[in-house]
Amino acid sequence: MRAPDVATQVGPSAKRAEALAVSARGVSLTFQTADGEVEALSNVDLDIAAGDFVSFIGPSGCGKTTLLRVIADLEQPTAGTISVNGVTPEEARLHRHYGYIFQAAALYPWRTIERNVALPLEIMGYNAAQQRERVDRYLKLVNLSGFERKYPWQLSGGMQQRASIARALSFEPALLLMDEPFGALDEIVRDHLNEQLLRLWDQTRKTVVFVTHSIPEAVFLSTKIVVMSPRPGRIIDIIATEFPRDRTLEIRETPEFIRIAQRVRSGLRSGHSYDE
Amino acid sequence: MTSSALSSGRPAEIRWHPLIVRYAPVIAIVLAIIAIWYVAAVLMNMGIVRSGFEREETPYTIADLISGTLSAERPLLPAPHQILQTFGEDVFGWPVTSPRSLVFHSWVTLSSTFIGFLLGAGFGIILAVLIVHVRTLQKSLLPWIICSQMVPILAVAPIVIVVLGSIGLRGLLPKALISAYLCFFPVTIGVVKGLSSPDPIQLDLMRTWSATAAQIFWKLRWPSSVPFLFASLKVSITISLIGAIVAELPTGAQAGIGARLLAGSYYGQTIQIWAALVAASLLAVGLIGLVDLAERWVGRAMGART
Amino acid sequence: MKPDWQRGVFFAAALGMLAAIVVPLSSAPAAGLLARPGLLALTVVAAALYGAAAFVAPRLSIAMTFAGVILGCFVTLALLRDDAVAGTATWGFWLAVVANWIAAWLGVARLAAVRPQEKSAARAIDLAIPLLFGAFLFYLWEVAVRGFGVPSVLFPAPSAIAVRFAASLMMLWEDFFQTFILGVLSGYVIGCSAGFLVAVIAHRYTFLGRGLLPIGNFVSALPIVGIAPIMVMWFGFDWPSKAAVVVVITFFPMLVNTLAGLNAAGYIERDLMRSYGAGHGQTLRKLYLPAAMPFIFNALKINSTLAFIGAIVAEFFGTPTRGIGFRISIEAGRMALDVVWAEIALAAIAGMAFYGIVALAERATTFWHPSYRT
Repeated sequence: MRAPDVATQVGPSAKRAEALAVSARGVSLTFQTADGEVEALSNVDLDIAAGDFVSFIGPSGCGKTTLLRVIADLEQPTAGTISVNGVTPEEARLHRHYGYIFQAAALYPWRTIERNVALPLEIMGYNAAQQRERVDRYLKLVNLSGFERKYPWQLSGGMQQRASIARALSFEPALLLMDEPFGALDEIVRDHLNEQLLRLWDQTRKTVVFVTHSIPEAVFLSTKIVVMSPRPGRIIDIIATEFPRDRTLEIRETPEFIRIAQRVRSGLRSGHSYDE
Repeated sequence: MTSSALSSGRPAEIRWHPLIVRYAPVIAIVLAIIAIWYVAAVLMNMGIVRSGFEREETPYTIADLISGTLSAERPLLPAPHQILQTFGEDVFGWPVTSPRSLVFHSWVTLSSTFIGFLLGAGFGIILAVLIVHVRTLQKSLLPWIICSQMVPILAVAPIVIVVLGSIGLRGLLPKALISAYLCFFPVTIGVVKGLSSPDPIQLDLMRTWSATAAQIFWKLRWPSSVPFLFASLKVSITISLIGAIVAELPTGAQAGIGARLLAGSYYGQTIQIWAALVAASLLAVGLIGLVDLAERWVGRAMGART
Repeated sequence: MKPDWQRGVFFAAALGMLAAIVVPLSSAPAAGLLARPGLLALTVVAAALYGAAAFVAPRLSIAMTFAGVILGCFVTLALLRDDAVAGTATWGFWLAVVANWIAAWLGVARLAAVRPQEKSAARAIDLAIPLLFGAFLFYLWEVAVRGFGVPSVLFPAPSAIAVRFAASLMMLWEDFFQTFILGVLSGYVIGCSAGFLVAVIAHRYTFLGRGLLPIGNFVSALPIVGIAPIMVMWFGFDWPSKAAVVVVITFFPMLVNTLAGLNAAGYIERDLMRSYGAGHGQTLRKLYLPAAMPFIFNALKINSTLAFIGAIVAEFFGTPTRGIGFRISIEAGRMALDVVWAEIALAAIAGMAFYGIVALAERATTFWHPSYRT
């Protein structure tokens, strides 16, 4: 059995030569559509340190998802350079440096939850014992123990998203890319999952790149907030936060929080025109 | 900070014209099929041609062999140009009313197809309307209609011909009845699906306006069923054509495409069979095209997206 | 409260049964019901049941209606045993038949209106209604053919067909084996497998897929059974030519549907696979194929009927002295319609069984699809 093809050697930042999880310079992406050219990203410069929790926030269509997909090698930029964990995005993808979580849970309906969480492990060549151990561990981490034999449709939306998070964690990538994962859920579930995600990040010390269009969510979760403008996507502002790592939802009422949220909001407004 | 990693932009992709993207693969494959056909014709007819030469004790070259395989009189697999040639002869070479003309035979089959289709589709629509509105029919009759889809109903064709023949009905009517019988099933099922397709919230809205069943039918159910109707009409008209062709078989009918196929197989006229098949295919395509045209016309009247 | 018209129907049914006692049963001299004490008693009971059903509670009323129908049908069928009645039945007899008819119709209608609480009861009723309806249609067929004296050469009664069926089991088995096992099954397996394989290849190489899909759609619409004489020329009279026809008929729907199914996987799921660095083979096995299962089974179901039709019709074009199609066309020519109907019954049973097996396999493998969960 060959060794699983995962970059497990990419551990906590202190051990690695590259301290930057993502480094982008002058990244631009122009789509060719039936209606002509669409400039989705325009000259994006960005550095994300390992261990950071970075949110991309902006109105719909501002390119934040596109930027995430460029990092994930699901799209290729038409100009500029980008490196992920010190290598090209394609190499990062082929060596499984990151786990991607989509807006929808995207669980396969013909697999049970445990088979779903094991899917990347199967592809990457883990043996059955390793699969079982990891599946159990990560389902426990997201509080879904006991639901292994259930099918996705038997779970609520929030539980499905937790299962997809467990799936992304199961092969222990250094980097987590999340594209509005809680957007389809109601606010109460969303708050709950925000707290859980924060705990998880604190425990596993991964780098998280998180796309959202909810200002409170971005401010609550992140160490760094990247505010983007609508098409063509440019970075308007990068805001660092200093909240304690063990924060709870009450922090949303504090003046510091509100101040940062206001800064985000004005950044969004300045880049956003209401004429569209 | 290293920037050893590069992901510079890709060169701009060649932008093919959308029409080329759409049609090039089909054209390429069709050409490939024609090429394969010619090769197959040569290989399959080789045996006949060679034994023909040897029987007549004429000397032959490879070139003679190949040209012989592509122009044999009773080939195992006729070459495309042979089929086209015979087709052209049978369509244009005889007066339209002659029993040697493919146009004549096509017309015979087409007429029973059409009448059967109109009868069957009409009956199917009426039955579907009844089924949707009468719960008893829906529960008792609809399951049988659905079951009939699993039964090879075409096998009934000979019976119908014989029974009707013995009470004096021959010619067009029995064939049309078989076609009608065959094509009313898909139409019924499709229209039932279509008439029951409106959203529950649409029906609730109708109820808040105290609409009568007839109003609901004309203003909501019937327009919603149009896509389903046309989809099942396309299926049904091809079945009607097949029914008309098959109906000509058991009694050894004299006219029609089915009769032509039978005659070709009895007298070993291979190319004639192929020409008749081409005619049948053209009929099928034409019929579906007609339904498609009707669908587009209705669609435009109903504001469908082009 | 029952609507008045339903009560009227019940009374009419009761009256019809009673009228059969006095009105002559046959245009030929035949003993009336008064001379047949057993049947007379049953007739009276049936009439009483119909009448009483007008007054009692709905569920009991339905039960009484069907009890009355059973008795009434038994009476009429028993009467047909008398040669003096069969073939020359007149008003009295037909009044009884019509009485049974309207009572049965009303029974079915009221059964359809019942909406029980438990799902199992609802499903039982949903099964019972078409069966009762079908059973009654068979009854009407039997009574009409034998009562009117329709020559059995022209149109046999279901009982005659059943008798002929039971008597010809050997021949039916031979025909079934020839047409279905040899012709249909072999062609079905080959055609569907070929269609599947080509679709997988066409999915991998998009150029091929984009070219084959329109062609596949086109050919699916053509009257392919017409190639039967050509297949006979290539493969001989026996079952291989029929199997060849089935192969061609089943290939294209399988190709088109499998290709559609392989393309049905969502973009998000595909991106997920890409993010795992999965190769095409892995993605095929773990995503494309499972997602394509509903489409594949749709094609398998359609093909089951098409294959059967194809084989039977191909036999119309010529076949050795066996096979369902052969038997039907030959015996139809000889006007031995009871044999023909027996063969058709065989074909119907085989067709439904074939479809049913495929549908069961579908249910087992695609249980996860939304259409099964609603």
